[in-house]
Amino acid sequence: MFPSSWEYHIAPQVNAAVRWLLSEYGEGFDAFSDGLLKLLLSIQGTLQLVPWWGYIVVIAALTWVATKKVVPVVILSLMPVLIGVFGLWGLAIETLAIVITSVVLAGILMAEVKVFDLIVRPVLDAMQTMPSFVYLIPAMMLFGLGKVPAILATLIYALPPVIRLTSLGIQLVPKPAQEAARAYGATRWQLLTEVRIPLAMPSILAGVNQTTMMALAMVVIASMIGARGLGQEVLLAINRIDVGRGFEAGLGIVIMAIVIDRITQGMAKKWDPQKRA
Amino acid sequence: MDEMDTRRRNPEESPGSPEIKGKQSHSGEEKQAAIKINELWKVYAPKDVDIDVEDEDLIKSLDESEESVVAVRDVSLEVNPGEVFIIMGLSGSGKSTLIRCLLRLVEPSNGQVVINGYDVTAMNKKELTEFRRHQVAMVFQHYGLLPHKSVVENVAFGLKLQGVPKKERQRRAREALKTVGLEKWANYYPTSLSGGMRQRVGIARALVVESPVLLMDEPFSGLDPLIRREMQDELVRLQEEMHKTIFFVTHDLDEAMRLGDRMAVMRNGSIVQIGKPAEIFANPADDYVARFVQDKRDEIRKADEQMEKFAKACAQSEKVVD
Repeated sequence: MFPSSWEYHIAPQVNAAVRWLLSEYGEGFDAFSDGLLKLLLSIQGTLQLVPWWGYIVVIAALTWVATKKVVPVVILSLMPVLIGVFGLWGLAIETLAIVITSVVLAGILMAEVKVFDLIVRPVLDAMQTMPSFVYLIPAMMLFGLGKVPAILATLIYALPPVIRLTSLGIQLVPKPAQEAARAYGATRWQLLTEVRIPLAMPSILAGVNQTTMMALAMVVIASMIGARGLGQEVLLAINRIDVGRGFEAGLGIVIMAIVIDRITQGMAKKWDPQKRA
Repeated sequence: MDEMDTRRRNPEESPGSPEIKGKQSHSGEEKQAAIKINELWKVYAPKDVDIDVEDEDLIKSLDESEESVVAVRDVSLEVNPGEVFIIMGLSGSGKSTLIRCLLRLVEPSNGQVVINGYDVTAMNKKELTEFRRHQVAMVFQHYGLLPHKSVVENVAFGLKLQGVPKKERQRRAREALKTVGLEKWANYYPTSLSGGMRQRVGIARALVVESPVLLMDEPFSGLDPLIRREMQDELVRLQEEMHKTIFFVTHDLDEAMRLGDRMAVMRNGSIVQIGKPAEIFANPADDYVARFVQDKRDEIRKADEQMEKFAKACAQSEKVVD
C-alpha cells in the first residue's frame, strides 16, 4: 500500500479557488456569459430563420461545389429529411447552433495563435484527456446552467485539432515560396493572407472538420448541464430507458456528422493547391 | 513593349515610392554605382552576438566554433548600372547569403549596402518593403512560385503587392509572359509546368515589376544542360533590350563567362578576385581560382585535340579518295 502519511489533497484548494472566483468575479463571469449567449442566440436565430428546405438546397449546393458528383448530392441532401421525419428538426438546429458557435469561437481564438501556442495549448491538451464531467461542474458553477457552459466545455474539448493542424499546415508551407513573397515586398500580413493561409488551407480545413466532429461528440455530455438539442433527447431516452427514442436522436446526430464531415472534407480536397493543376 | 523598354533604360526614373525617394542621395559619387557593398559581414551565430569585425580574435573564435559560421566576410564591391555582375563560387562559399543580404532577406551582421543610392542597411521595415516592391526583383534557384496561384497570377504577384489595379496587372503580366514565350500557359498552375518553364515564369515575375536591379540566385542551376543554355541565351537577348543591372550568382564558370560583364570569385565568404571573366580565366589570382579555371582549360584542350584528330582523319580520307 502507498504510505498513508504521504497523502496530500489539493481538492480543498481547488474547491476554495472556484468558490473564490465565484464570489470575487461572479459579475465578470455573468457578463461574459451574457455576451456568449447573445452570440449563440444570434447564430441560432439566423439558423432558425432558414426554412427546412433551405438547408437541403444549401447542402446540395455545397456538396455539388465540393464533389461535382450527383450521387453524393442526392444522398447528403436527403439525409437531413430523416431528421425532420423523426420530429427532431428544431432540436437539430439548436445543436447545430452550439457546434457552429464553438467552431466560430475556435476560429477567433486561432487568430491569436502566437500567445495560444505558448500558454493555452498545453492546457488544452491536458483538458482533452481530462474527463469532461470534471470541468463541466465548475463551468456550470461559474456560468450557470444552460448553453454557455455547454459551449465552453465543447470549445475546450474540440479546439486542439484545429489549432494543431493549422500550425502544422503553416509550418509546412514551402520556404522558397515564402522567401519569394518577402523578396517582392510582402508585409507580414500579406505573407499570411496571400501565401501561408492559402497554402495551409487543406490542413486548416481538416482541422475544422476534426473540431466539428469532436464538437458533435460533446453534444450528449453538454446536455447534462442543460444544453438543449439532440443531446438532450438522447439523455431523456436514456433516463426513460426508451431505446427507440434514443436511437432516433442518435441517428440524427450521426446524420449531422456525416453531412458536415463530407462537405468540409470535400472543401479541403478542393482547396488543395497541388490538385488544382 | 516600347513603353516598358524606355522606362527600363532609365533606372533613375523608375517608379519609386515617394516615401523613400527623399532618402536617395544625389551626390555624383553614389550615382555611379548601381550596387555598392561596403565591408559587408554576415555571421550565423546561435546567439545574437555583437559582431565587432575589427576584433580578429573574435572572428577567429567564430571560425573555429562549430555553432557559428562566417558566411560573408568583409565583402566590398561595386556594380555599374546596366552591368551583368557574376558572383561565382562553390556551394558553401557564401554567395547565396551575399545576394540575400542585398535586400535583407538575410540580415547582414555588419557593413553597408547601397542600391541606386538607397542605403538598404539603414532602412526601417516600411522603407524596406517599399524598396523591395519597386527597386529590386529576384529570381530564385527553386523558382519560389506560389502553387495556389495560376501562372499569370504568379507573374502579377509583385504588381499586386505594389497595389496596381487588377486589370492593369493582368495586362502587364500577360505582356511579360509573352516576352518569355509562355503566353499560352497563363491560366495553368505551376505544378503542370516543366522546370525550365517554371523558371521562365520566375523571370517574367521579376521583369514585370520594372525594377532597375535584378538579383538572380543560381536561376539555371536546377535545369538540364540544353534548357540551361537556352535560358542563358534568352537572358542575353532580354538584357540587350532592357539594360538592367543584374547581380547573378552561379557556380558554373561556363555560365559566368557567357553572361558576365564582370565577375567576382568567392571562397569561404571572401572575394578572392574581381575582374572581367576573360581576365580571370587568363590570370587566376590564386590556386583556388586557378583550379576553378583549370577544368575549363582541360575541356578546351581536349576539344582542341579532338578537333585536330578529326581534321587529320578528314585529310587522310580525302587523300584516299584522291
